Order: sequence, then C-alpha cells, then structure tokens
Amino acid sequence: MAQLSSNLLYIAFFIYFAGTIVFAISVLGKKWRKRDEETHEKRWGRIGFGLSLIGFLFQLGYFFTRWNAAGHVPVSNMFEFTTFFGMMMVFAFLIIYLIYKTNILGVVAMPVAMLVIAYASVFPSEIEPLIPALQSNWLKIHVTTAALGEGILAISFAAGLIYLLKEVNQSTSSKNTFWLEFVMYVILATIAFVIISMSFKAAGFESTYQFSDPNGQELTVTYTLPAIVGPDGGEYVSGSEFGPLFDAPSWMRGENAARKLNTLIWSALGGLVLYGLVRLILRKRIGAFFQPMVKNVNSDLVDEIGYRSVAIGFPVFTLGALIFAMIWAQAAWTRFWGWDPKEVWALITWLFYAAYLHLRLSRGWHGKKSAWLAVIGFVIIMLNLVVVNLVISGLHSYA
Amino acid sequence: MDKKQISCECGHVNPYGTQICESCGKPLHEDDSKKLLNMRYEGSARRSQTYKKTPIDKVWNFFSSVKVGIWIIILLLVASAIGTIFPQEMYIPPQADPTEYYKEQYGFLGQLYYQLGFHNLYGSWWFMLLIAALGLSLIIASLDRFVPLYRSLKKQRVTRHESFMKRQRIFGVTSGVNEDKAIDKAKEAIKKKGYNVREEDGNLLAEKNRFSRWGPYVNHVGLIIFLIGGMLRFFPGMYLDEVMWLREGQTEAIPGTEGSYYLKNEDFILEMYDENDEQFKEAMERVNKVIPKNYQTDAVLYKQKGERVAGQDPELEKVKKYPIQVNKPLKIDGLGVYQVDYKLNELQAMTFKLENKDSGKTFGEMTVDLYNPKEVYELKDGYRVEVMNYFPDFEFNDKDEPTTKSKIPNNPAFIFKMFSPEHPDGEVAFVAIRQNLEPLGENEYKMSFQNVETKDVSGLVVKKDNTLWILAFGGAIFMIGVVMGMYWNHRRIWIRRMDNEIWMAGHANKNWHGLKRELQTITEASGLNMPEDQADEDEKKS
Ligand code: HEM
Repeated sequence: MAQLSSNLLYIAFFIYFAGTIVFAISVLGKKWRKRDEETHEKRWGRIGFGLSLIGFLFQLGYFFTRWNAAGHVPVSNMFEFTTFFGMMMVFAFLIIYLIYKTNILGVVAMPVAMLVIAYASVFPSEIEPLIPALQSNWLKIHVTTAALGEGILAISFAAGLIYLLKEVNQSTSSKNTFWLEFVMYVILATIAFVIISMSFKAAGFESTYQFSDPNGQELTVTYTLPAIVGPDGGEYVSGSEFGPLFDAPSWMRGENAARKLNTLIWSALGGLVLYGLVRLILRKRIGAFFQPMVKNVNSDLVDEIGYRSVAIGFPVFTLGALIFAMIWAQAAWTRFWGWDPKEVWALITWLFYAAYLHLRLSRGWHGKKSAWLAVIGFVIIMLNLVVVNLVISGLHSYA
Repeated sequence: MDKKQISCECGHVNPYGTQICESCGKPLHEDDSKKLLNMRYEGSARRSQTYKKTPIDKVWNFFSSVKVGIWIIILLLVASAIGTIFPQEMYIPPQADPTEYYKEQYGFLGQLYYQLGFHNLYGSWWFMLLIAALGLSLIIASLDRFVPLYRSLKKQRVTRHESFMKRQRIFGVTSGVNEDKAIDKAKEAIKKKGYNVREEDGNLLAEKNRFSRWGPYVNHVGLIIFLIGGMLRFFPGMYLDEVMWLREGQTEAIPGTEGSYYLKNEDFILEMYDENDEQFKEAMERVNKVIPKNYQTDAVLYKQKGERVAGQDPELEKVKKYPIQVNKPLKIDGLGVYQVDYKLNELQAMTFKLENKDSGKTFGEMTVDLYNPKEVYELKDGYRVEVMNYFPDFEFNDKDEPTTKSKIPNNPAFIFKMFSPEHPDGEVAFVAIRQNLEPLGENEYKMSFQNVETKDVSGLVVKKDNTLWILAFGGAIFMIGVVMGMYWNHRRIWIRRMDNEIWMAGHANKNWHGLKRELQTITEASGLNMPEDQADEDEKKS
C-alpha cells in the first residue's frame, strides 16, 4: 500500500507537469497554424484544466492510500504536510480557474505547486508513528483546513507574480526589477536545493562529525551534503571524506545548526549557478524573458484574482490555522494558545492578510503594491513552513 | 445634530457632512467633476470626516482611521515576530536562570534580548497596550461607519440622479429600442439572477446581498468579544490552572472543586511503539529513538458524600472510572483534568529486616511507607524499631546536620532506634541508601535493607477556563462576519429612463468581475447595450 501510494504521487507529479506544458501552449501557441486565438485558448485551457484535475485525483489517491497504510491522516511530518500543502495549492488553483478561466494562472500556479511537492520529497518519507499529542481528530481537521487556506492564499502569489511580470518596466533596472529577479533567484535556489539533495542522496553521500556543545556534551552530526561548513571545533568521524572547508561561527551552537547552514549555503550557491546559467542563455533578465508571454494578460483581472484568492482564503485560513488549532491545543496542551513559535507565525500570517485586506480598502494599494504584498504573504507562509519548522524549534517542530 | 442639515433637490434631508444624497444619489458637493463617485460608505456622513475640532474628535478620528488600524496590525505583527527570535521565558528549561541563560545560549544578542524584556514579550505592558489599541480602534472605526452606512442603504431610492448614474464605474446608455419591452425583459433576467427588484416610475433598482455589507462590522464585533474574553481570564474565579501529582494508588482532592471531588490514580500506563512494528520500522530506525504511543492515567473520580467532618477522612462515592489520556481530558463541572507529565518508578516503600550482625539471624521484616512512615514498627518476640527521624529527601546542610530538601522521597534516610531483649534502651542507627552509620557507637543489630517498592506518578493539570465560551462565541461571530463579507458581495443595478434612452449603472462593493458577468447575461436577454467599465487606471485604485 505504501508503495502504491508513493507511485501515485509520482504519477500525479508528472501529470501536473504535463498540465503546465499544456497551459503554456494555450498561452504561447496562439499563433500556431493560424487558428482562431479564442478557440485555441479555450481548447488548450480545457485540456490543461483536465490534466491538472486528473493529477489532483492521482494525488488524492496517494493521500488516501497513505492514510490507509499509516492508519492516520498523512499530514504529520514535514514530507506529508508539505506534499499536502502542494496538493491544496492545486485544488485552490482548480477552484479559482473555474471562476476566472485564465490559462496564464496555470502556467505559474502549477509549477509553484510542483516545486512545493518537489521540496517535500527531500524530507524523509517513511511512515512515522504518531506521538500522543498528535492523536486527535482535531489534528486532521486543523492541519487540513490550515493547508487549504494557505493553498488558496498562495494562488494570490501566483497572480501577483503574473501581474509583476507584466507590469514591471523591464526597459530599465529598478527596485522592482531587482526584487522580481530576486524572487526568480529564490525559486531557482529551491530547485537547486532539491536537485543537490536528491543527487547526493542517490549517490549515498554521508559523513559524520563529532563536536561538543556549549554544555560540554559530545554530539555527532551526520551530513548528507558535502561539508562546506562544519560544526565549530568538529572532527571527522566516518563516511565520505570531504571538507569541511571552514567551521561554522562559534555562536551557532544548536545540534544541527551547522548542518542547516551547510544546506543553506549549498542551496544559495546552487541557486547562483542556475541563475547565472539561465541569464547566460537568455541574455536578459528572467523577468524580461517572461514579459512577452504575459503581454496579453488583462492586468485588472489578474489583480482581482489575487485579491479574490485572499478573500476566499482568509476565512478558511482563520478557521483552520487559528480556530481549529485553538480547539486542538486546548485538548492536547490544556491551553488554546501558548505563544509557541508556530502558533505565533500563524497569527503573523493572519495579521498580514488582515492588513492586506484593509490596505485594499485604501487608495493606491491595488495593482503593483498589492502584487508585492501577495509575494510577501507567500514568503511568510513559506517561512512558517520552512524556517519555523526547521530552525526555530517549538512544540510543532518536525525535525 | 447641531450643525445644519442638507436638503437635496429631491426633497430628502441629509445629515450634515453627507457627500452623496442618501435618497437620490445626487452628489452634494457639486464640483461638476466627471470623475467617478467615491462610493465607499455611500458618501454618507461619517463623524470622523465631519467633526475635527475638539480633543475628543481628534482621538475619535485617530482611531477610526483605517491607516492607523493598519499600523496597529503591523506593529503587532512585527512585535509577535520578534518574540520568536529566541525562546520565550516559559519555554526555556525550568531550572535555567534567565539572567544567565540567554547570554550563555545566544551570546550578546541573547543578552540584549533579555535586557529589552523580549524574553517575556507577549506579557509585556506595551504588547498589552497594542492589543488594547487594536480593540479601541476596532470599536471606534466600526461605530464611525456603521450608522451612516446603515442610514444611506436604508434610505436609498429607486430613481437616481443623473450625475449619480453617469459617475458610476459601470455605466451605459441604450437608445432606439422599445423601452417597455427591454426593461421588462431586463427585469426578468435580473430576477433570475436572484436580485430584489424595486420599481418607481418605470425605473428599476435591483439589489442583492446587501447583508454582506455588514460582514466587516459583524466580524469586528466578534473580534471585540474575543478580546474581552481574553481579558476576563485575569479576573479571579474565571481561570484556574493547578498541577496535581498523583501516585499510583493515591487519592487526592481535586484542586478547584472545594474538596467535593476526589481523584484516584489506579495505574499509570506508558506505552511505546514497538520497534519491530512493520509499518513504522524504517522511521524508527532513522530517528533511533523509541517513540511514545500513549500516556494514560487510569483514574477514578469520586464525589464526597454529605458534609465533611473536620479531622475525619471524607466519605467518598465513586462517580466513574475514566482513562485520562493526552487529548482526552477528564471533564467535571466545567473543569478539565489533563494528562501532561509523569515520573516512572518513584520510591514508595522500603523494606528492612532487623538483623544481628554477628549471627546474621533476622528478627522480622518491616515495610516503611515513605510517604507516611509509622512511628514504631513492632516485630515479633519483643523486637521493635522506632523511627526517630525521617528525611525523605536527605542531604547535609551547611552545618553538616542531616536535613531534607523536600517532602518527596527522592533520597530517603532514617534514624532508627532498634529495641531488642539485649538492648531494652535501644541502639541508634542512621540508614540511608547504601549507607549505614552508627553515630552513637558500635551496635549489635543492624537494619538490613531488603527491597524497595516503586510507583509511577502521574502529572496532571487541573484547568478551569470559564472564558472559553466567550472566546468560542467571539470566534464564531468573527467567522460568520468574515464569511458574510467575503463570500457574498453587494451588487446593485440601476435602470432609469431618460427621454428616449435607457440608462444603466451598476455597483459592486467587490468582485466587479461577477457583476459584469451577470450584466452580460442580462443585456443579452434584454437587448440593452452592455454598459462599460469606466474605471481608468487612476480611479480603479480608489
Ligand atoms: C486583526 C484585526 C482585524 C481583522 C481580522 C479585521 C478584519 C476585517 C475584514 C475581514 C474586513 C473586510 C474587508 C473586505 O471586505 O475586504 C474588514 C473591514 C474593515 N475593517 Fe477590519 N479587521 C481588523 C482590524 C481593524 C481595525 C483595527 C480597524 C480600524 C481602523 C478596522 C477597520 C475596518 C474597516 C473600516 C473596514 C471596512 C468596512 C466596510 O467596508 O464597511 N479593522 N476588517
């Protein structure tokens, strides 16, 4: 069952990929064979939607077979939750697509969802048992609703990105072009992270270092990427011999701090290499490369899609990430709210989107500014997923 | 209202400060502008836009401003984020001293964090003040807008002033059609879309989902209720949070019930996942730790019967057996008993034998309950042992005298007096774990240690939170409000005959896309021209 489940996930991933290509064709290939543009768009859009839907059904298959195999809802570790989040993004896209029928949204939203799923696959995917605090029906309800809310909110990021690709003036360089390129770079760095992690995993790379923590306790840490940065005062114990080229600063004292820094450096460098390569091939900003593809996009409509996703996602997020979370926390930890980092970041996300909604009430915050806000909102969601889970440890910490 | 009211040419009398006539929609500040009307709050007279003189006006206007509201939200957001940089005081190890801890663990930045008081950020006065400002802003901003908005939506008339129509974002003119027929068809199509249609002199006002305009106010009320609920917890009697350690076999009064309920711990159960479990094997090998599966206290709840007589044990009546697990607290009269902690194998009793050191012969066995030792233990044949002194958590103090650190038998020690036929006055022995001292000279007898009995201890938390209902109520109202405001939107379509033309205007408080799609169907069905979206770049942003 577990095997079937992971196969279904692979299939879903490839169907998403096919769906993305089809959406791209629907947008780019309008001039092909001199066909009528509108029918072309409609037809390929429908195929793209159908593929995304089928992919989604396959991923649902993954979800329920894994549920069956594990005996609990598969949303309880980094791999499971992140995969589910990607699935909810696809689901949110399908809903928004039904309302607005804009193919370009598929070209951006689907790859973002795929990237999220690819990122998930770097984490250990074995089925884990549930500790007592997680054994609750409210867990299912809370986590799934919260992920759905975040998935819908993430669509506003896709819409915001499209808006910026179209509206940012690429003829001169500006703050806007810089930050847009930075967003592209972060996306590439994530891709680099996935590729590097997968490659070294496939190659079976592993090396172990020993070091002592501030309390004088001897610890060992196992690197799965070659050590550019080793733990402060660490010594090589076993495994592949490479580096470390230098030691982590002495204030990074956490058990895994140096290893995480190492991963970050690999991703950042990998991202730079990828970005450099892409720039070399394109010979212009990535934003400038994409701009012609979105030139026919109706900016107002995209702006509205972004706002609408927040409007739809905000109540769902409130319900899932705050209200249901409080109900669960009351049962599991005796208090509905405890200022645990993960809780606080859910609150921050909520406050941020509340601010977004209020800003939309005032003059001058539609369009570009709004699109940037949507980008920041997504960054906050990802921070909560990545940094808070992996770096700031709290009750919710997965790794 | 002491200021002068404004009479519109349509005859309606508007409150001072009104921008657009509540009834016919004529712009009251005639500036001959062709610009689109600002339809937010229907151009009604808001206190904050009208009165700006007295200090009260100034405070009112400050807190009713959305800009200020947004700033408060942003400040709360940033403050909350700062609080997650290093752990809050409540999450550092309980034995750690915060004055040292932050510096030791996080260096200079940690020390700074501590000195700025960020280690207890969410309880700081300024954080509370921010929350209070949020509450105040919510109340004032809502009052400022709700009443005028309510008035203008209530008083609106069907036939609208020309310039009101023209200056709507969605506006179109149709001429050269059979007016009666076209309007009739339009009316039918509009009704199909679920609009309420009002008619006046052959003109139409179609409106739907007006209730969604109240969404923000409803959700703000929900938030205010929630904040009030949060405040109430600081009032005595609303909130109780007590730790209760209960040994296996022990029965204790439940704190917060005034002794009317007792709880017995029959057994504490700790279960771990089986390392060889097919399903979880791989994951458990990777983390290389045993993973807990269940923490459970098999508890029995008792109720006290009748009045308690001082000095006597209470008479208890069993209410129910209940396995308290994480996520499954025991609920009694608004009180919850939660499984939160445990200690395994705590010392409970020690068993000794009285032994003649030379012959090795023993004279009876005694078991000392470490929580409740007897004064004298009678053994057979006239042998007996007196407990002269008992130190449950033994240590030597500064003066090298034996004392006890606590009442918990972590390190029990005794001074025994052993009576035997040979020593009717008794011999004194100091007995602790792996220690046997004879402070008053050599003895003939000794206490020989046999074994210990251990028990598990459950760490339970007794919680009462009478504010939960209010919080749940506030939360529910909030949700209803957001859903009202977000999943529905207020749409209006005005159709007016002007000479030989039909004018059509539309307004939506959000989701113009949806309104336009409906208009598409309506105009197709009626032969009217599809109105245009007049918003240009500049005005769409209003
Ligand atoms: C965290 C706190 C808050 C939350 C979650 C919240 C939530 C909301 C939501 C969901 C809306 C509807 C927005 C829309 O329809 O696009 C709204 C509208 C509004 N909020 Fe808030 N709000 C908060 C705080 C405030 C504060 C502090 C103010 C004070 C200025 C304020 C003033 C308003 C106003 C004036 C509206 C528009 C009302 C209308 O359109 O009739 N809000 N709020």
